[in-house]
Amino acid sequence: MRVLMFGWEFPPHISGGLGTACYGLTKGLSHIPGLQVLFVVPKAYGDEDQSGIRLVGANKVPVSHRELKLKHFSETLDYIEVGSKLIPYMEPEEFWRHTREEKLRQLEFLNTNEEGFVDFSGKYGADLLREIRDYALVSNIIAQDYAFDIIHAHDWLAYPAGMAAKEATGKPLVVHVHATDFDRSGGSVNPAVFEIEKKGMEAADMVITVSNMTRRIVVEKYGIDPDKVVTVYNAVEPHEMTVADVPKKGVDEKIVTFLGRITMQKGPEYFVEAAHRVLQRMDNVRFVMAGSGDMMESMIRRAAQLKISDKFHFTGFLRGDDVFDMLVMSDLYVMPSVSEPFGISPLEAMQSNVPVLISHQSGVAEILTYAIKTNFWDVDAMADAIYGVLNYSGLPKMFVAHGKKEVDSLKWENSAIHVKAVYDKALARQ
Amino acid sequence: MKTICFYFQVHQPFRFRRYRFFDIGNDHYYYDDYTNESVMTKVAAKCYLPANELLLKMLRKHKGKFKVSFSISGLAIEQFKLYAPEVLDSFKALADTGMVEFLAETYSHSLVSLKNKEAFFSQAEAHAHLIESLFGKRPTVFRNTELIYSDLLGELVAEMGYQAMLTEGAKHVLGWKSPNFLYCNSINPRLKVLLKNFKLSDDIAFRFGNKGWNEWPLTTEKFVKWILKLDKREEVINLFMDYETFGEHQDKNTGIFDFLENLPVEVLKHKGLSFSTPSEVVADLQPIAPVSVPHPISWADEERDLTAWLGNEMQQEAFDKLYTLLPKIQLCKDAKLLKDWDFLQCSDHFYYMCTKFFSDGDVHAYFNPYETPYEAFINYMNVLSDFTIRLNAAVPKSDLDQELSNLTDLLAAKEEKIRKMEDEIKNLRKRRTSVKKPVSTKKKV
Repeated sequence: MRVLMFGWEFPPHISGGLGTACYGLTKGLSHIPGLQVLFVVPKAYGDEDQSGIRLVGANKVPVSHRELKLKHFSETLDYIEVGSKLIPYMEPEEFWRHTREEKLRQLEFLNTNEEGFVDFSGKYGADLLREIRDYALVSNIIAQDYAFDIIHAHDWLAYPAGMAAKEATGKPLVVHVHATDFDRSGGSVNPAVFEIEKKGMEAADMVITVSNMTRRIVVEKYGIDPDKVVTVYNAVEPHEMTVADVPKKGVDEKIVTFLGRITMQKGPEYFVEAAHRVLQRMDNVRFVMAGSGDMMESMIRRAAQLKISDKFHFTGFLRGDDVFDMLVMSDLYVMPSVSEPFGISPLEAMQSNVPVLISHQSGVAEILTYAIKTNFWDVDAMADAIYGVLNYSGLPKMFVAHGKKEVDSLKWENSAIHVKAVYDKALARQ
Repeated sequence: MKTICFYFQVHQPFRFRRYRFFDIGNDHYYYDDYTNESVMTKVAAKCYLPANELLLKMLRKHKGKFKVSFSISGLAIEQFKLYAPEVLDSFKALADTGMVEFLAETYSHSLVSLKNKEAFFSQAEAHAHLIESLFGKRPTVFRNTELIYSDLLGELVAEMGYQAMLTEGAKHVLGWKSPNFLYCNSINPRLKVLLKNFKLSDDIAFRFGNKGWNEWPLTTEKFVKWILKLDKREEVINLFMDYETFGEHQDKNTGIFDFLENLPVEVLKHKGLSFSTPSEVVADLQPIAPVSVPHPISWADEERDLTAWLGNEMQQEAFDKLYTLLPKIQLCKDAKLLKDWDFLQCSDHFYYMCTKFFSDGDVHAYFNPYETPYEAFINYMNVLSDFTIRLNAAVPKSDLDQELSNLTDLLAAKEEKIRKMEDEIKNLRKRRTSVKKPVSTKKKV
């Protein structure tokens, strides 16, 4: 079985959990005999790990030599235009021009570089919607160029690409919901994004969600037939820790860490409030908020307002080894997410023998038993749990004893087997 | 000849309220009165009262041929007094028939037997005293919390003067041996050991209302047939279970009360069958062999060991921290603190922290006020922290503190002495002046 997979990013060029999850899953799939994955991302840098998969950068496809078959694509194109920030490039040598069927009577422009490659930034940004659309157009060409049996698209950014590939070849489409806009926006959904998500899920033969919580959203909010929505939990790459790895803690104090984007979705304000409550009762503890995001400033201000700034630290965005070092130094990892479809980072913390406190509103809470769970809004319970872990040694002992084992049993190979079952179902549905 | 020995356990813990760490040092009230009262009144209405009424009827009807035994924890009795005094009266009515034996256990339904001999003895004594004062007879048979037993514990119980002890007929202890005989302790053979027939007990206690069970519905005829089918030489069938089995664990609708009511009728049809209380079993039967239990066993879960209370790191820490307070408790005279101490030791608190989620989750979830074992642990430790602070305030911490407080006492005593002497001097002076005065007046005159 050959799988044409559309993603948006791939290690080492990642800006979030999506790339990590895609990487793990493709690696897991490579363990299944007879299954090949062709992974398409908007921009391949060339230094990605390509063991087990073939990576095709959409910008490596000389699209000017292709003809686009877009006759069934007219419907999906409509919504692309809704939120499109299409910028017409006026100089003819800078873009590749494509004329579609006359009935649409519309010109579509793709931004190509001099070799005729469409130029994608591959980063999340303001021109995202335009890039998504361009990506979809290119995927149509890729789909014609490679032989495969099934299409797998990760998250809304790649749904249009998946749909275009399906239109071009008629092969079954599986969309993988790593997050919905309800999670990202906290309820105030961007209608353009919602439309893309809904169309993608509707066009798909099967939908994979990363947790039952997300599955509920997909069924209830997007009105997708529950029969075709299947939950496949994420896993985590095994990580072996050696003694030399462990960095030295500079202070003889406990460290409680929040690590992630400082955005509404991640619930940073609840972490600050809980920290304030804990600091009223104990002194030998420091709180660290690692990451960046649009709420960082207001969090700094709030910490100052609560007069806990001497004990509450912001590190800014952490890269590579720093992330790991930060984790290992921590005595507790807190993820108070308001709405987290899955959440791989607590698993990484548990791998480093760090106890975790997660919100019930995270998908990963569905599979973890050796983790403390509270509601994200219940600051008192959260503070109580933090205090408990720091003061009653039985808890961390318990987590160190069992947590790593629990996480190590979550293997991408197993997730891949479930995904394979979904492929079989999608093929059977056609 | 076979005799059936019924023993019912009655216990209710004092459940803690949600006690946050901000409460430590500020609020010293730990209990969730609402839950405690509502659970007690609910169980009283569904189980204790109707079951007691039925038993009373049956005991009168069978005129001395039907007998049962109970063990009621000290905490349950305190709750009866607080929330359902009529239950206590109905137990007294049962006791008055003379056909009911009450056993001794630890007052707090605690696990203290695993930790400290003196404290174990004093709790057992407190309970025995309470039972004697309520029901008029001092218990002679001991039942340790959750039927926890080992050779060493048996020896301790013998030392306290009890003639017998109840425990689980755990398979891994008995092997090929049958629980349906009287055994004795392997260190001190004077202590007899009654072993629960867990198959027949659990048929009633756990499986009775389970429609998925291949023996459902369980009728008294069927049950008695099973008993008759046992080996002819076997002598005693020990049916030990929670009293809440009747009406609470097994709902009234399952027909559990009818089963109970008809069981003696069916049993007494057969000449070879009878009912006995534990002390009668001990008096009538000869122990067949010593039973060797080097490691503690209990009646809980599949494993029949201590892992339901002391299986994980949290439980062990909580348990150890609790009993490090013991030396101070022994110096403590504050009645309020001692009461809290009793309530803190209750085994249920440790049971709530159990993480054996999958195998026995259902039983553990029963009456459990916490969503997760972690919550249970944190809550307990918060309470314990506050209790420790209070205890330390009431009882001096170290030798230095001890010395200091001794000196303060001495100082106070000396002050008192000085004060008395001063008074004396004053009095003497007064007398002197009063003696002088008339003299001076005389002079003037």
